Amino acid sequence: MQWDLLLQLTLNGLIVGALYGVVAMSFVLIYKASQVVNFAQGEFLLIGAWTCWWLLTEFRLPFVWGFLLTLVFMTIFGVLLQVIVLRPLIGEPVISVIMVTIGLSIFFQALMKWMFGVFAEPFPPIFETQAVRIAGLEVQSVYLLSLVISLAIMAAFAWFFTASKYGLAMRATAFDQQVAQSLGISVRMVFAMAWAISAIVSAVAGVVVGVVNGVSSGLSFYGIKVFPAVILGGLDSVLGAVLGGIIIGLLENIAHFFDSTILHWGNMFQIAPFYVLIVILLIKPYGLFGTRNIERV
Amino acid sequence: MEQDTPILEVERVSLRFGGVRALTDVSFSVPRGELFSIIGPNGAGKTSMVNCISGRYRPTEGRILFDGRDITALGPNKRAGLGIGRTFQNLALFGHMSVLDNILVGRHHLMRHGFLTGMVYWLFGAQREELAHRRAVEDIIDFLEIQHIRKAAAGTLPYGLRKRVELARAIALRPRLLLLDEPMAGMNLEEKEDMARFIVDLNEEWGMTVIMIEHDMGVVMDISHRVIVLDFGRKIAEGTPEQVLADPHVKRAYLGEEDELLIDETERAG
Repeated sequence: MQWDLLLQLTLNGLIVGALYGVVAMSFVLIYKASQVVNFAQGEFLLIGAWTCWWLLTEFRLPFVWGFLLTLVFMTIFGVLLQVIVLRPLIGEPVISVIMVTIGLSIFFQALMKWMFGVFAEPFPPIFETQAVRIAGLEVQSVYLLSLVISLAIMAAFAWFFTASKYGLAMRATAFDQQVAQSLGISVRMVFAMAWAISAIVSAVAGVVVGVVNGVSSGLSFYGIKVFPAVILGGLDSVLGAVLGGIIIGLLENIAHFFDSTILHWGNMFQIAPFYVLIVILLIKPYGLFGTRNIERV
Repeated sequence: MEQDTPILEVERVSLRFGGVRALTDVSFSVPRGELFSIIGPNGAGKTSMVNCISGRYRPTEGRILFDGRDITALGPNKRAGLGIGRTFQNLALFGHMSVLDNILVGRHHLMRHGFLTGMVYWLFGAQREELAHRRAVEDIIDFLEIQHIRKAAAGTLPYGLRKRVELARAIALRPRLLLLDEPMAGMNLEEKEDMARFIVDLNEEWGMTVIMIEHDMGVVMDISHRVIVLDFGRKIAEGTPEQVLADPHVKRAYLGEEDELLIDETERAG
């Protein structure tokens, strides 16, 4: 056994898993608040990363400013998407809404290819030191930063939902829109806010991945990885999304380890999460933390 | 605001869903400080009337005035902001939230501080505001005697207590007009007495105007100042409980005494 490799892959799994968790959280946020299964979540990462890349390379902005401008852009983008595309769909069958988000995914995917080309583009270097050594392991400094950012976003989410006025309003809206309205909550506002926050958070993840691997349409694959993560955790649980993301990240990398050292089946890295997805759906259809309706008789 | 403007005026309201007439030409007004009941048989349009007032439905015809202001076109959340609170016929608590959080949601429109200002709360006094909200919520919890369940998940409580929590949430938004849709449905005698006492206190001590739909005629007649009776979407009677009880239309439509009335009339004819 190559313990070094296993350790390295486990660490990678944790870091990538935390990013999956962040994207999964923003997916769950939209699902919880507005009951939309957003198949275009991965494209949010793509759009955020390309926007930031474009600002940095075209205008030579310092990273911080480019990053902040990207977040501003994504806020507007999220709100407009909700208001223009999804608001008219309120009350339409779920399948129509799903078709529309799949359509959005294809549309943005193509639009980004048309605007920025099909090749991966590296970000301008941001850190002086590309990698640091921790306990004998080579860790890229952007990876470390990504872990810190992921944890910060998670903490912000926790605070937002439990202690802020709009977080409470969002939970109330997720539970029952009519009642929320009767208590003075503007459901339109809550929906728009959910999409904006989701777009911002996904863009942060997109930029982080882009800095590590370069920006390419492969980024939108994170949107697909979100499904095993959220179904593992339970579709409507933010905590579940985080844990689901980390588990999927670890699983990929550990599957990859066994695949490359012992099994040699090939491509387990890509496939393993989806095997787990199927097994979970068979034995625990609500996921690990999903809400079952409380029944009282 | 002039003191003698009624707090609520319903002017010739009709509500149709396609061919179904839920309400036809209903008018009434409720003066400030009144405990007002809407009664009628099942399907008479009582809940539709309350939904028109709270903004869930928009009347097909007619106007609704709150404090002399036309609110017919306002959405439900705007009306809540103006001071119209309500409870629902089918319990509608946020089941997975604690009782405390359920009540805090009711404070939503009273909270000035949002996401961004909350983060820099020490600059803008959000902490002081938070304390004020907590205190207001504690007052309500004390008043409704639900201290012991404040941390419990609302969905796990027995029925009577859930009704009480729902009332707590509705009064948390400090409504001037409180709409109660069957506050006592499915309760036992003791729970009904408690609920009746809370409603009377809200009306007399907290100064809320109350509009209530209720099937328990004993309670309605005991605590209401005035009553209107709906039948098939039309108003068939209005007045004090005594007047309404004595109204022959009401007997016929609601209290199931049509036979007696028929007998009366045949006797008179004979």
